[in-house]
Amino acid sequence: MDKKDIVIKVCSGTGSLSAGGKDVLEAFRSLAASTGTQAEFRDRCTAHQVGCRGFCSRDVLVDVIINGEKITYELIKPDMVPRIFEEHILQGDPVDEWMAGEQHREFHAAQTKIVLSHCGEMDPESLDAYLASGGYEAAHQAFVRMTPGEIIEEIKRSALRGRGGAGFPTGLKWEFAGRMRSKEKYVVCNGNESDPGAFADRCIIEGDPHSVIEGMMICARAIGAERGYIYVRDSYALAVKRLGLALRQCREHGFLGSNVFDSGFDLDIRLYPAPGAFICGEATALMKSIEGKRAMPSPRMWRTAEKGLWGRPTVINNVETLANVPRILGRGAEWFAGVGTENSGGTKVFSLTGKVKNTGLVEIPMGVTLREVIYGIGGGMVEDRAFKGIQLGGPTGGCLSEAFLDSRVDYESLALAGTIMGSGGMVVLDETSCIVDTARFFLDITQAESCGKCTPCRLGLRRMFEILQRITNGHGRNGDIELLEDLGSHIRATSLCGFGMTAPNPVLTTIRYFRDEYAVHIKDRKCPALVCKNLLTYSCIQENCTGCGLCKKVCPSDAIRGTRKKSHKIDQDLCVKCGSCFDACKFDAVLRE
Amino acid sequence: MDEVLDKILENYFENDGNSLTILQDIEKSYGYIPEDAVCRISRKLDIPPSRFFGIATFYSQFHLKPRGKHIITVCRGTPCHVKGSEKILNRLQMELDIPRGEDTSEDLHFSVEEVNCVGACGLSPVVVINSQVQGQMSINRMIEEINKLRALD
Repeated sequence: MDKKDIVIKVCSGTGSLSAGGKDVLEAFRSLAASTGTQAEFRDRCTAHQVGCRGFCSRDVLVDVIINGEKITYELIKPDMVPRIFEEHILQGDPVDEWMAGEQHREFHAAQTKIVLSHCGEMDPESLDAYLASGGYEAAHQAFVRMTPGEIIEEIKRSALRGRGGAGFPTGLKWEFAGRMRSKEKYVVCNGNESDPGAFADRCIIEGDPHSVIEGMMICARAIGAERGYIYVRDSYALAVKRLGLALRQCREHGFLGSNVFDSGFDLDIRLYPAPGAFICGEATALMKSIEGKRAMPSPRMWRTAEKGLWGRPTVINNVETLANVPRILGRGAEWFAGVGTENSGGTKVFSLTGKVKNTGLVEIPMGVTLREVIYGIGGGMVEDRAFKGIQLGGPTGGCLSEAFLDSRVDYESLALAGTIMGSGGMVVLDETSCIVDTARFFLDITQAESCGKCTPCRLGLRRMFEILQRITNGHGRNGDIELLEDLGSHIRATSLCGFGMTAPNPVLTTIRYFRDEYAVHIKDRKCPALVCKNLLTYSCIQENCTGCGLCKKVCPSDAIRGTRKKSHKIDQDLCVKCGSCFDACKFDAVLRE
Repeated sequence: MDEVLDKILENYFENDGNSLTILQDIEKSYGYIPEDAVCRISRKLDIPPSRFFGIATFYSQFHLKPRGKHIITVCRGTPCHVKGSEKILNRLQMELDIPRGEDTSEDLHFSVEEVNCVGACGLSPVVVINSQVQGQMSINRMIEEINKLRALD
């Protein structure tokens, strides 16, 4: 039994913590520290927390690694820990029934982990762990051995493009800022991830905060900035906490402060908890927010790289973009460029959610097809229902139909199809999702989040939302589809910032690819997906009804009539269409149409 | 109140702060933005109160009315919406007697708020109870959690 090295890794992302990850970790820690274990293994048995590995629906995930051989357990609760410890760790006999199965392998097999390579492997709160994996070597190299020109050249050759959505070449952005002559320059990390359904940035920060800081340090050195801001959503409590800790560790170790790495350069990075507004993800609005004003975008007379924060040259990069930077310097631009397509190097992290079997955070090389993501990593549709569409790029992105399943995931191909990469949200819809309702849902968000500066965006989105609302309520009018198209194209053409230019996208793309479904809602007053409440009717199928009376019991509006053991009837005038009877009936006797 | 405000102003001058950081400090000290506090600060700094209120009403971090002792935030992101977050929200408001159009109960015990996304989409529907993220929420579990909080009071 001697000479065994045992490492226990417990996931500690937001997802895992809410599933009881902290208690699981504590349980392992106390067993590892117990006298029996100490006598047998001394310090060769350790348990520690690691960042999110993206498969949150199976949390708590635990890796037990004995002499390099890894076994992953899923859905672990604290009371399961003693058995794993006893059978697997002490006796060397893994607990088969709790091991992660085929689904887990399938989910990870088709991914290429670059940005997420540390997540799920190392303790995000430990600087030593980051250093042990070669952390801050790239930053050291950038400060001590490379010139700013060489760094920028390397980033340009890697074909890294902004992961915030627009896909601007990162090297070029740095070059613009580097060229400017200014005593003060700034580097800003944009972590205002607000797209509902996107959580890539949160996981990167929670699981690997030092990579983001190192990326910022390299950027600061390349453009000559002495001050950096990390702008991260205040509601991401764990991310804010871990970044604060990581920054403190860096200051203590002299990676930040004056005379970084004895290079003669000073650099200070501060955390700026974002006060919460969707629009703050837009560069000019984000800067206004850091300056302490209302975050309203302004006309882009200059590039922010030339005139940004307080009028000084400022590079604003997304969390994921910056986390890629140390990897590029570490392994070389050629390697990175080789992973993606010709025009965009590397990988992209997506938040895969909706009606697929495996949901979670996935990292794929640029250029993979949507089909590979949905049916490979995603494991196919839930209950093998038919695929209907996929919403890409959050509430300002677009919805693509089945015809695009084989289109590639890169900036150009997606733009061609009428959507955007955005922040990497992928919401998969199946035949039980209503396209009009989905569009209405996104417009509800964007009309509320419009900053209010430009009339077309402020009022136009509101009007579009109202039209969608009346269509889903069964009051659609002839000409509504054309009106939506007209409004949408005007808002797109006449808004100042990227928000207004893209906000009509969900409506315009769904009309483009699912026009019939809108028409059925308006002309026939029916919702084919059976989602829009006011377009549904519930009735009793006489042949199936046994008169058990269950529906009558659950109906909140007393709309069901009938005597016991005889078939019942639903009074349409009283029915509030809540669907309780449909859910309760055990004999398929309630018809929903 | 003056003592607290003086401290906030001290922080403002020391850390070259701005109108937004002042509001963040006020929110942190009082749990909301009292009108009186803004007016006093505005007199001291000679900045019109409208500038502060303009900022306070822009960002979701700030609240102009006192909030409840327990804060329950229901995620209204896409995946949570698909998995029925609206039903949970409606039931919560009913259960806690929160007046229509408001988000805090009259006895100031509970606030029910909405957030666009907390980024824990793998666990939808998600509800945050007093800063603790709770995934895969159901109406029944929600009621259990409320009863636990009530028992604490």
